Amino acid sequence: MSAPAAPLPEAYADARQRDVANHLGMWAFLATEILFFGGLFLAYFIYRSTYPAAFAAGSRTLNFWRGTFNTAVLLGSSLSMALGDAYIKQGRRRALQVCLATTAVLGAVFLAVKASEYHEMYAKHLLPGRGFEAGAAPGLQLFVLLYFTMTGLHAFHMLVGLGLMAWLLRQNRRGRFTPARHAPIEMFGLYWHFVDCVWVFLYPLLYLIPR
Amino acid sequence: MPESAATFRRLYTTFGALIGLLVVTAAVSSLPSGWWSTPLSLLIATAKAALIFTIFMRLRDQPALVRIFALVGFFWLAIMLTLAAADYFTRFWPA
Repeated sequence: MSAPAAPLPEAYADARQRDVANHLGMWAFLATEILFFGGLFLAYFIYRSTYPAAFAAGSRTLNFWRGTFNTAVLLGSSLSMALGDAYIKQGRRRALQVCLATTAVLGAVFLAVKASEYHEMYAKHLLPGRGFEAGAAPGLQLFVLLYFTMTGLHAFHMLVGLGLMAWLLRQNRRGRFTPARHAPIEMFGLYWHFVDCVWVFLYPLLYLIPR
Repeated sequence: MPESAATFRRLYTTFGALIGLLVVTAAVSSLPSGWWSTPLSLLIATAKAALIFTIFMRLRDQPALVRIFALVGFFWLAIMLTLAAADYFTRFWPA
């Protein structure tokens, strides 16, 4: 291994305690993320129960296959992230590099599909605001607004993830990660899987509303 | 902890289960729907999230303290959803 194990900070009795502290801190951050997205889910449930027909109509304007494909893509990106984490614990840096790159490519595919969907909404006059499809049901604009806010916030998290990924790829190329020193990979993995989980709930709520 | 072949097998199996659940949700959504459609799709989403949390996010390898931290976020979320729902769903009574 090219990089030596980082010295253990004084605060920790052993490496295991440090790893647990890392996970604990990351979960504290993810709890704030759960509540952050939770507020939007709350708004969604309230307005969906107020305008059930408009939400069902709004869901039908979205392409079922695009949503399903994107879910599979994100689940695949989570798999490659988890594999990368397992590989670096065996000291397999090349394999980690391949996994990180695969995760990044799948994330980019997801965003590209999302962008094409946004463009289609734009072309169909389904952007909330002036020029919104005339004669639409009253709640439809709310559905579309929630759609853009929730998927937009999710996509923003993925963009941040891709930025961090570029940094991790660079660090790994320089040999900064070893079986004894891989916390950034593991913590980034937690973030990436969490963002995946958010989409797992967005998919049925936005794309699969029964008519 | 050393990563064994079993770890990799578990990751692939989990991914298979996740895709399986995705196929089930997608298939169910094309069937005639009922009041149970949305609860069922949310139940499947919860199962997927549970798999991601325990295997991909390694909660199964963590001590109880970390697992509690992971669940606390959902506990606060449940409070927020329940109290807000209690307001909105009792606000307008028929005259």
